Amino acid sequence: MSAGHHWLVIGGVLFVLLNTAAGLIWLERRMLALWQDRYGPNRAGPFGILVVLADTLKLFFKEDWIPPFADKVVFVFAPAVVVASVLLSFTVIPFAPNVLVADFNVGLLFFLAMSSMGVYSIVLGGWASNNKYALLGAMRGASQMISYEVFMGLSVMGVVILSGSFNLREIVEAQKSGWYILPQIVGFFIFLIAGIAETHRLPFDIPEAESELVAGFHSEYSGMKFGMFFIGEYMGITLISAMVVTLYFGGWLGPAFLPPVIWFVLKTFAFIMLFILLRASMPRPRYDQLMEYGWKILFPLSLVNLLITAAIKLML
Amino acid sequence: MAIIHIDGKSYDVKEGRNLLEACLSLGIDLPYFCWHPALGSVGACRQCAVKSFKDEKDTKGRLIMSCMEPVKDQLRISVTDQEASAFREQVIGWLMTNHPHDCAVCDEGGSCHLQDMTVMTGHSYRNYHFTKRTYKNQYLGPFLNHEMNRCIQCYRCVRFYKDFAGGKDMDVFAAHNHVYFGRHKEGTLESEFSGNLAEICPTGVFTDKTLKQHYTRKWDMTYAPSICQGCSLGCNIIAGERYGSLRQISTRYNGAVNGYFLCDRGRYGYEFVNSPRRIREIAIRNSTLATITADDALRHLKDKLTGGRVIGIGSPRASLESNFVLQQLVGQDQFYLGMTHTEHDLATLALKILKQGPVRTPSMQEAAAADAVLILGEDLLNTAPMLGLAVRQAVRRQPTQDAMNAAHVLAWQDAAVREAMQDRNGPCFILNIQPTGLDEIATRAYHAAPDNIARIGFAVAQVLGAPVTVITDLTEEERQLVQQIADALSAAARPLIIAGYGMGNEASLRAAADVSWALHAQGKPAMLSFTMPECNTLGLEMLGGLRLDSAVDAVLNGEVDTVIVLENDLYRRMDKHTADHFLKHCKDLVLLDHLYNATAEKATVLLPAGSFAESDGTLVNNEGRAQRFFQVYGATGAIQESWRWLLQLGAITGNERLRHMQFLDDVTEAIAKRQPVFAGIDHLTPPADFRIAGQKIPREPHRYSGRTAMQANVNVSEPKPPVDDDTALSFTMEGYRGEPPSSMIPFFWWPGWNSVQSINKFQVEIGGSLHDGDPGKRLLEPNGNSNGNGHIPWFTDAPEHFVPMAGHLLMVPVYHIYGSEELSVHTPGIAERSPGAPYIMLNPDDAKRYEVAEHHQLQLAVNGHPYTFTVKINPALHRGMAGVPVGLQGIGIAEVPELGKL
Amino acid sequence: MFSLLRSMWLVFLHMFHKRETYQYPEEKAPLPARWRGRIALTRDPDGGERCVGCYLCAAACPVDCISLQATEDEHGRRYPEFFRINFSRCIFCGFCEEACPTYAIQLLPDFEMAEYNRQNLVYEKENLLINSQGKYPGYNYYKVAGMAIGGKDKGEAEREEPPVDIKSLLP
Repeated sequence: MSAGHHWLVIGGVLFVLLNTAAGLIWLERRMLALWQDRYGPNRAGPFGILVVLADTLKLFFKEDWIPPFADKVVFVFAPAVVVASVLLSFTVIPFAPNVLVADFNVGLLFFLAMSSMGVYSIVLGGWASNNKYALLGAMRGASQMISYEVFMGLSVMGVVILSGSFNLREIVEAQKSGWYILPQIVGFFIFLIAGIAETHRLPFDIPEAESELVAGFHSEYSGMKFGMFFIGEYMGITLISAMVVTLYFGGWLGPAFLPPVIWFVLKTFAFIMLFILLRASMPRPRYDQLMEYGWKILFPLSLVNLLITAAIKLML
Repeated sequence: MAIIHIDGKSYDVKEGRNLLEACLSLGIDLPYFCWHPALGSVGACRQCAVKSFKDEKDTKGRLIMSCMEPVKDQLRISVTDQEASAFREQVIGWLMTNHPHDCAVCDEGGSCHLQDMTVMTGHSYRNYHFTKRTYKNQYLGPFLNHEMNRCIQCYRCVRFYKDFAGGKDMDVFAAHNHVYFGRHKEGTLESEFSGNLAEICPTGVFTDKTLKQHYTRKWDMTYAPSICQGCSLGCNIIAGERYGSLRQISTRYNGAVNGYFLCDRGRYGYEFVNSPRRIREIAIRNSTLATITADDALRHLKDKLTGGRVIGIGSPRASLESNFVLQQLVGQDQFYLGMTHTEHDLATLALKILKQGPVRTPSMQEAAAADAVLILGEDLLNTAPMLGLAVRQAVRRQPTQDAMNAAHVLAWQDAAVREAMQDRNGPCFILNIQPTGLDEIATRAYHAAPDNIARIGFAVAQVLGAPVTVITDLTEEERQLVQQIADALSAAARPLIIAGYGMGNEASLRAAADVSWALHAQGKPAMLSFTMPECNTLGLEMLGGLRLDSAVDAVLNGEVDTVIVLENDLYRRMDKHTADHFLKHCKDLVLLDHLYNATAEKATVLLPAGSFAESDGTLVNNEGRAQRFFQVYGATGAIQESWRWLLQLGAITGNERLRHMQFLDDVTEAIAKRQPVFAGIDHLTPPADFRIAGQKIPREPHRYSGRTAMQANVNVSEPKPPVDDDTALSFTMEGYRGEPPSSMIPFFWWPGWNSVQSINKFQVEIGGSLHDGDPGKRLLEPNGNSNGNGHIPWFTDAPEHFVPMAGHLLMVPVYHIYGSEELSVHTPGIAERSPGAPYIMLNPDDAKRYEVAEHHQLQLAVNGHPYTFTVKINPALHRGMAGVPVGLQGIGIAEVPELGKL
Repeated sequence: MFSLLRSMWLVFLHMFHKRETYQYPEEKAPLPARWRGRIALTRDPDGGERCVGCYLCAAACPVDCISLQATEDEHGRRYPEFFRINFSRCIFCGFCEEACPTYAIQLLPDFEMAEYNRQNLVYEKENLLINSQGKYPGYNYYKVAGMAIGGKDKGEAEREEPPVDIKSLLP
């Protein structure tokens, strides 16, 4: 790959990602409305698409307010962490055979490392806000994300065993003979649930839990700093969807009548839709239920899945 | 004490009361209508029924009326008994059959005893579907509104008006279910106490007409505990405000002072506070400024006060605080009491008598408990009306006692007592220059010249054993009278002597003192009460200062540059010519006042002072009782309390004596510290930082409405509510909701008791003192050393017999409850009742001699200045005297007695 | 687990349902007659003001946004001298209507009261008084209350006897 191509890919990925995240705001509102028999945003532009622009403008022009009681440096730093960590994760994702930022041989581990970084933004944001709701949200976020990370890592090990590689491009290529969704159906579900928890999306939005904690860890945030948390969340959705597609649904693979990148995008969007549907239909579990579910069900299940996968691999 | 059992619980209660009082004192809610703590029981309304049981085994019991049943030891009753409560509900159902159910347009609504009792009995559904009886209403004068349809025939109105207050022009008419309470024909109710009907009536038959003109519900007013400024008695009042204007005065119960009632001048004389004549802006003569701020005025005055020689003239109608701060501002030797010559003499003498003599001055309720009364030269119903009401109660003491002994009834069994006593009255002797409204209850009423009255007083004292120079030239009639009075007073257990400013005669005060001291020397707990001309005359006299005459001299001699006049119209303190002359020679005249008057016309600097409704302060009444009144609402515009203006002047001129004084508590503390006679007045009421459960006491009831709309026409963003830094009261509805200390109860309300009857809940026992004592502090106590005759400072010399002077008339004062007082007359209702144009009252013989008849004009020269009056003939007046209604607007004469030359 | 999937499926099916939204400015929602919207002062069948200035609405108002002053005409009929509602505080709870003994104050099915300037949300009597009986036609308070007003003397209301002749001795 030439340097020019490389920069083009980086620029393209950044552009598409950021726009996707922004567009998701609109998409989510429209889809939620659709599933709730409403219209959603429909005034600004065709199908209300310009509501994204309006929202962005609003966020940009809001007062850049830091509460006087906050820890100022950390308060500013926290929202940057979430955006940076998610964006960095995208570097290892193969969008198409030639479209990826870094062909990293431990790409999967890098992804896990980066998603762990996301915890910092929540903890730091909640801590720096110096607000009891924010702190409660941050504590919940930290324990939830650290817990679910454990078996997120374990669940993808099945894929690693099958493909024999941590390199995501190689994992996709290894699926040419068959998507890992079939052999790794349990791993897929565990990864998906852990992914939802990692992005603290509904129904696992316990760190925010607006009916209990105002707005959780970002109660004190407003303007573009809130906007970064907001964008970070939608990029997180995109990331998890892309990872699911990469690990279990053959990435860019698909019949040749569409270019590989389109296949990737289509599959990713299907999972994004699933995320939105979850939000439209699921109630939020209680915090202790969430932890119990993680440690007592998903964690053993992921170990069993790893054991069986390894055994089968050995036997074959 | 007796033990009674109510619903299975045992209580220790006082014997001699009735069961209803006992229950209410215990905090048990029992409905009633016809009973009133001051009027006693008649058992007419059948509303207070309870079950009475013979003994423990009796389960059936029988219904009794609790108000008619004396407390007896081991009595067993049930209030909650089903039959009793069903009975009470039915009774109220019957009472309500003809009630018009027009609460929405009824002024009583929200403070209505009938509403409260209806809710209390649980009568919630009307079973009567036939037609309702109706009545025509009557016009009853400017004070009361009549709406007979609402009547429930409890008879309280006539029992108060006729039996208690001695009114003649109201009664019950017609028969059976048509009984009608009103006058025999339309017209003004004449009694001085008619306004109490609005509070006595348990529903809306009699309502306050002045309130109706700016009607506000009880829950919507901002209230403050206040003191009536209408006369020297210092009745406790509650003043209510809404939308920046004073709306209503109602009685604030004080078990020592005014009890449950007020006179009509006190109740209705408040509207001067809302008068268009109010001084609301600062004015500086010849000022070029378009608007003058307080700072401008203070800067302007700073030069005047620091450069020149300054004197201050106090006022008997200003608070002690204002007078004290003025005294400190100008210095003790430059402070003059703004009283007339005569008033000053009388006040000085009265204070001396009360301080040095051995006899106690009674509170008004103590006076009402007297059993023999001697009034020397005082027309009480016009000079101190509520004391007149107290005398009316006092004359009932002896016949009541007789009735109790003869018929074995108790004092509260009103109908039985009145039946037994018929129209007998106890000993009461009224000596005055002309007939008074109380003469009808007097054993003897005698009319004579002031000095002759004093001579009779001295003669009585002499008979009672006082070392008085023998008076020989009494007529036979007078001698008999003297003997009769002396006998009656000696026979009485608690004799009361009343004198005062009514005749402007010092000798009558001395005579009264001698009589009471002689009784004291006989070992009787005699009482001596002096009326004073204004609400704070005694307080000002105790504060002390120079005579007003010397201020005139000082100014005329050119020794003074600036005169500061505090809440005073000098034209009421000196005759017009002296005042004109005086004011002409004042280089600078600074006036702090609230109503525009003749003095304000001459002032070079006019500072708008707060009226009693906009000020905090202390007054000393005729008893020597210091009482605090509180600001009802935050003053608008430039208006400030006088003492605050003066403190600001003190601050800007760097006055050492006023240093560190800023709030009310600072001032009262300084008064108490610097003037030992006022010791304790800083603790009359709790201090400004007093809190109950961390909260202030709210001036507004918890149902106060309209907070976010009342100012919205000006600005939709609500202003910050005013803050009261001076007292523990708050201007809002936020604060402690329980019972406040008795000295700062802004309004009487209790859950389930919205009407004024809720007072029951604030008393130690029904009709007794408030829970933590009756407010106010007595500053004067008799001189305890003078037990024997030797220490009593007797007055030994009686004045000379009055001899008419040829070509001259001795002008004596005639007072009017409506009209003589300076401020209340600026109230439309009071003005309507005032006698109108100044007149001169003559004996028919004098009239004949000077060839005038009724309505003629008579010209008199007083101090060389001519005055013209319309003649009124009064045969009771002594020859050679002329009655002049001092204080009436436009009279020109400020000071009597005075000789008038024809 | 199954119920979760089932609810997801059911929600998903809503994609094919009709939308409930009224496209508001173009399409008005039909409001029920008892909708608690703009507050008005109504008139009685004779065209007189129903409000008698009893202050009960003001007392009932939980946000204290009603203030008024009662006054009386020369014949004794009570009416509000001014009547002010601060709609920027009003929460449209309808307590005032419930408290009103004369059916004068009524909440109407109208909510389009938005203003750019908050001051314009302060309604005075002339803004509140409508020329209609509102929801309760036929009711006239003075026809049942015992007060005499112009055109209705004592004893002329419903279920009232003529005034008592107190000079009469008849039983």
